[in-house]
Amino acid sequence: MVVNQADKPKEYWRWTEYNWFDPSRDWRKAKIISGGVDVGSVSTQAVIMLDGELYAYSNMRTGSDSPDSAIKAMKWAMENTGMKMEDLTYTVGTGYGRVNVPFANKTVTEIACHARGANYMYGSTVRTVLDMGGQDCKAIRCDEKGKVVSFLMNDKCAAGTGRGMEVFANLLAVSIEEVGEMSLQVEKEPPPVSSTCVVFAKTEATGLLRAGWPKERVLAAYCSAMAHRVVSLLERNGVERDFAITGGIAKNIGVVSRIEKELNLKALKPRYDTQIAGALGAALFAKALVEKGKG
Amino acid sequence: MFANYGYKDGSGEFFISVDTGRCAGCPDKGCVEACPEQVLEVITDDYDDQVIAVREEHRKKIKYSCAPCKPTGGTKEIPCVAACRLGGLRHSW
Repeated sequence: MVVNQADKPKEYWRWTEYNWFDPSRDWRKAKIISGGVDVGSVSTQAVIMLDGELYAYSNMRTGSDSPDSAIKAMKWAMENTGMKMEDLTYTVGTGYGRVNVPFANKTVTEIACHARGANYMYGSTVRTVLDMGGQDCKAIRCDEKGKVVSFLMNDKCAAGTGRGMEVFANLLAVSIEEVGEMSLQVEKEPPPVSSTCVVFAKTEATGLLRAGWPKERVLAAYCSAMAHRVVSLLERNGVERDFAITGGIAKNIGVVSRIEKELNLKALKPRYDTQIAGALGAALFAKALVEKGKG
Repeated sequence: MFANYGYKDGSGEFFISVDTGRCAGCPDKGCVEACPEQVLEVITDDYDDQVIAVREEHRKKIKYSCAPCKPTGGTKEIPCVAACRLGGLRHSW
């Protein structure tokens, strides 16, 4: 008997992993080399700062082994720099898997780290931060120093998270990195997908596809529902200018533009990779702890 | 800082809000002992303040964890809120 197997399905949810470092700087001249590792439910980022200035980072998918993901991410950030793990003065772990970072000197919650990271990335005028992570979504208000004033988190359901978007990318066979642009290619905004739950929203979207809706329209309906969901979270916590978005979904122009429209407020343009905000904040905490003499 | 623990779902909003600015100044944290369901605990937050927080295992089921102390459970005043002398604790429902 001959069994013909179909080709392995493409993983449309898979985003590009990458690392970066600044070759113009010499880490050997730095007084404080601070590290930050954000082990999230979906992705892990490692950031290295030299005396409080961004030097290197990596962004990769979190595997099933959190300690291993943390080590791999930090080693990947150090790639081609000549730096070794023992060269780090102090490291702070954050994120969902923060307790599983074997080389971290301290752990800090991702809420505090995202506020601190956003303060560095967007400047001291940021007062409201929306972190749209892989498995949760956080509305944070902070002061001019990046200290949290209030926060609200949704980690009970996948609506408004990166994982929810990955489900839709796979369903519609559209690369996760193209979802945002594609969702804007509609002449008229469709009504949002009515289901709050991602599982039911997927069922609803399947029905819309069967009814003849093009992919662009279905994506527009989902991005719109996601934006509405996070706006209600933001409004409950209060929204104050300036407003910034961090996390992977901040790269999705389809969701970001709809959030801006609902809030009637423009989000600040990112100068750095929005996914490293948590790890960047952790590295800033690490530097501050060394300076306080706790390192 | 206002720390909001809980969630919003199809049945409503269920948050316990802690004003950590007030909480940090409270010496006895009487609310922790007052809670019959051991929902609250004292933690050191990211800014090194001793404050109370909702235990991790209760955060996604707070509506049910706190149900015995709600008026429908026969209680007139929520014990943890009544025990908070500085007015730093609030339930959203």
